[in-house]
Amino acid sequence: MVDIYVVPILKIVVLLSAVLLAVTYLTLLERKVIAWVQVRLGPMRVGPQGVLQPIADAVKLLLKEDITPSRADKWVFTLAPIVSMVPALIAFAVIPFGATVSMFGHPVSLYIADVNVGLLYIVSVTSIGVYGIILAGYSSNSKFPLLAGLRASAQLISYEIAVTMMLVSLVVVAGTLSMVGIVNAQLSQGVWYVFLQPVAFVILFIGGLAETNRAPFDLPEAEQELTGGFHTEYSGMRFALFFLAEYANMIVVSAVATTLFLGGWLRPFPNVHVLSFLGFVPGWIWFLLKTFVFIYVFIWIRATLPRYRYDQLMRLGWKVLIPLGIANLVVTAILKVLL
Amino acid sequence: MFDTNELVINMGPQHPSTHGVLRVILRLDGERVIGSDVVIGYLHRGVEKLCEHRDWAQIVLITDRMDYVAAASNNLGYVETVEKLMSIEVPRRARYIRTILAELQRIASHCLWLGTHAMDIGAMTVFLYAFRERELVLDLFEEYCGARLTYNAMRVGGLPLDIPPGWDRKVRDFCDILGPKVDEYEQLLTHNRIWLERTRGVGVIPGEDAVAIGLSGPPLRGSGIPRDVRKDEPYAAYAEFDFDIPIGAAGDTYDRYLVRIEEFRQSVRIIRQALDGLPEGPILGKVPRLIKPPAGETYHAIEAPKGELGYFIASDGKSNTPYRFRVRPPSFCNLQALSRLIKGHLVADVVALIGSLDIVLGEVDR
Amino acid sequence: MFESILFYTLAAFILGFGVLVVTARNTVHCVVFLVANFLCVAMIYVMLGAEFLAIIQVLVYAGGIVVLYLFVVMLVNLKRGPDAAPDRRRQSRVGFVLAAVMLAEISAILVYSAARPASAVAAAAATPLQTVGNTEVVGMLLYTDYLIPFEVASMLLLVAMIGAILLAKKEI
Repeated sequence: MVDIYVVPILKIVVLLSAVLLAVTYLTLLERKVIAWVQVRLGPMRVGPQGVLQPIADAVKLLLKEDITPSRADKWVFTLAPIVSMVPALIAFAVIPFGATVSMFGHPVSLYIADVNVGLLYIVSVTSIGVYGIILAGYSSNSKFPLLAGLRASAQLISYEIAVTMMLVSLVVVAGTLSMVGIVNAQLSQGVWYVFLQPVAFVILFIGGLAETNRAPFDLPEAEQELTGGFHTEYSGMRFALFFLAEYANMIVVSAVATTLFLGGWLRPFPNVHVLSFLGFVPGWIWFLLKTFVFIYVFIWIRATLPRYRYDQLMRLGWKVLIPLGIANLVVTAILKVLL
Repeated sequence: MFDTNELVINMGPQHPSTHGVLRVILRLDGERVIGSDVVIGYLHRGVEKLCEHRDWAQIVLITDRMDYVAAASNNLGYVETVEKLMSIEVPRRARYIRTILAELQRIASHCLWLGTHAMDIGAMTVFLYAFRERELVLDLFEEYCGARLTYNAMRVGGLPLDIPPGWDRKVRDFCDILGPKVDEYEQLLTHNRIWLERTRGVGVIPGEDAVAIGLSGPPLRGSGIPRDVRKDEPYAAYAEFDFDIPIGAAGDTYDRYLVRIEEFRQSVRIIRQALDGLPEGPILGKVPRLIKPPAGETYHAIEAPKGELGYFIASDGKSNTPYRFRVRPPSFCNLQALSRLIKGHLVADVVALIGSLDIVLGEVDR
Repeated sequence: MFESILFYTLAAFILGFGVLVVTARNTVHCVVFLVANFLCVAMIYVMLGAEFLAIIQVLVYAGGIVVLYLFVVMLVNLKRGPDAAPDRRRQSRVGFVLAAVMLAEISAILVYSAARPASAVAAAAATPLQTVGNTEVVGMLLYTDYLIPFEVASMLLLVAMIGAILLAKKEI
């Protein structure tokens, strides 16, 4: 009873609160990092160095008037932010944050579920998230959001193909779809997959940027062109949900990339015994560190690069990434059979 | 089976990338612009009429309010027109300082253009970097005349103020700072693949079309026409300095960008020469107590940061006010090209093209 | 007990969403209900121990194909003119025929499965799933027993794709 109901529910509660807190503070991190890049200070007023800023933001957004445009499709308008938030949160269910640890004398695994289709689960759940943007664009009954909705759907479908193609070549190498299994495979093969599958890594990263609507692929929200895109008509907490979903997706993509390519919770060079002193750092800290590096790069890219144009984005997806993905898959499969 | 409709979208007057209150009505096929209508006039204050009811000295501060990011250039154009009308000789020192102010103003204006243009295309860091340097120019202006935006920095016949002690040293320091900063902007943009894809081949104006539309300034020079009032009809002290006129080849957004970036460097060159050769002497010529030009009319143009800024002034010789006051604002004339440029491009290019023409609505609407 | 409650709840949801898909006036609402329907079906697959199928259902149908539906619905003006009002009586007649065919099919399946001994069905389905995991089983079956149908289906999809490109492209 305890093992099948209480422990998973406890884990879900802990993970959800941790993720929500992380997402909230990610907004501060992004503002701070971009500010430092741009020789500014960023938020400084609320708390020392602005550390309480996310809380002030949350309170402000909660207290704001929540406007639904009178000609909007009311139900869909309400549904859209929820639809974009939920998939981002449930994707965390299969991400392994660390190996099994012992807590209060019980072995506790640092993931909620290890299903044998873990990787596919993440891909499919995140593919649901796009509905939030499309429906928001449609239901606002406004032209800029509509354009953004169309951009989003085209972009997400195109990039999902390239990303999935990469994941398939990774699965060919690992021989399993389970997230825990993939990390263990990296341990037994003694190498992080970023070294075995560099092409897949780069394309997955680019595709991840595109799928999370991050710069330079933030076309659906492009404030300079579409005045904020799909969330133009949103206000208050519903607007905040879109933002939280974007940041949650960023964490998901970073965590998945860490698990698949950087050995998840494994320490660097897991098979080199000289470095075994690194083992005193718990696995989950390694995992968080690696994820943080990805998130930092996401923010860094946003501060540096201009934005792609819609047609260029599609061209990059269909004419560069997808053919590269197929080629990579074929080469991987041939090598796998030969070796 | 299905019919598809055009989407008519109203970009502006409240839109983050129309640089003020420009309104562009776009007819879209998907995201492609098939037609557009540029609506102006939201900032119309009747500046020209207003000037016909102010005496000649008061007009200087009204000209500040036209192109409010390049107020000194507006002042310069006006006072030189009146001087031409009255045949006033301006002392050499005043002409040198005017040149320095005009070139500093060009740098400030181009900083604002670069920041907003890059921001429109999505590179937001460049925006803050460019504003950082603009701030330095504004500090220099503040030290010279006390104001940071609308300077009222010139008088008919010369200047109201001599430069404060040590100011030339600071301008020199600024020139030393700016060069590496321009290289920094270029590092972020010039060879950036995304920037190249977003600007190359976007909004091409061939040279003869640019002349036919009546473009001036960087948009004209970007199309390969080496027309610059500073060289062709030198005013202030430009005839005494050595500088180049950068021109583009293809006439696209990228060339206009390169031209303006090069103009940063040329401006620094001019300022350095002016500081080196700054003569001693008075700063105000022989001007009557009451400025009252003789009957007649004249047209005089200068090279403002955004293009050829011309003033046509007619005086009846009797009243204390101009009889007719007319401005040829570069932004207004350059904006004519917009409708034609954006046709066939995507929505994302529209904002890039508005940025590349570098308009200020205060000047377009007057 | 718990499982049957879950199953009947899900079944009710599926039927309810199915009815809403057909009756909703707004096309976008129809599509949203369709997605909800697919998600519930995926949950039934999970209950049956077919995780792979469930995930594919979500990934391909809910995440891929319906996004395209939505794309088309949003892009295309679906308001019909008054003259193109559909013939109600003809529609209901066609509906009756389709419903009858469906009913016949379902009863045929019921009769067929009742005729086979239940234990054999359970043995055929359950044992390999528990030991190897159903992803591997599906993969094995597709590339051994059902290789030819699989390849034929992929061929068909390829042809359809090329056909769509040909239709959509103005000049080649």
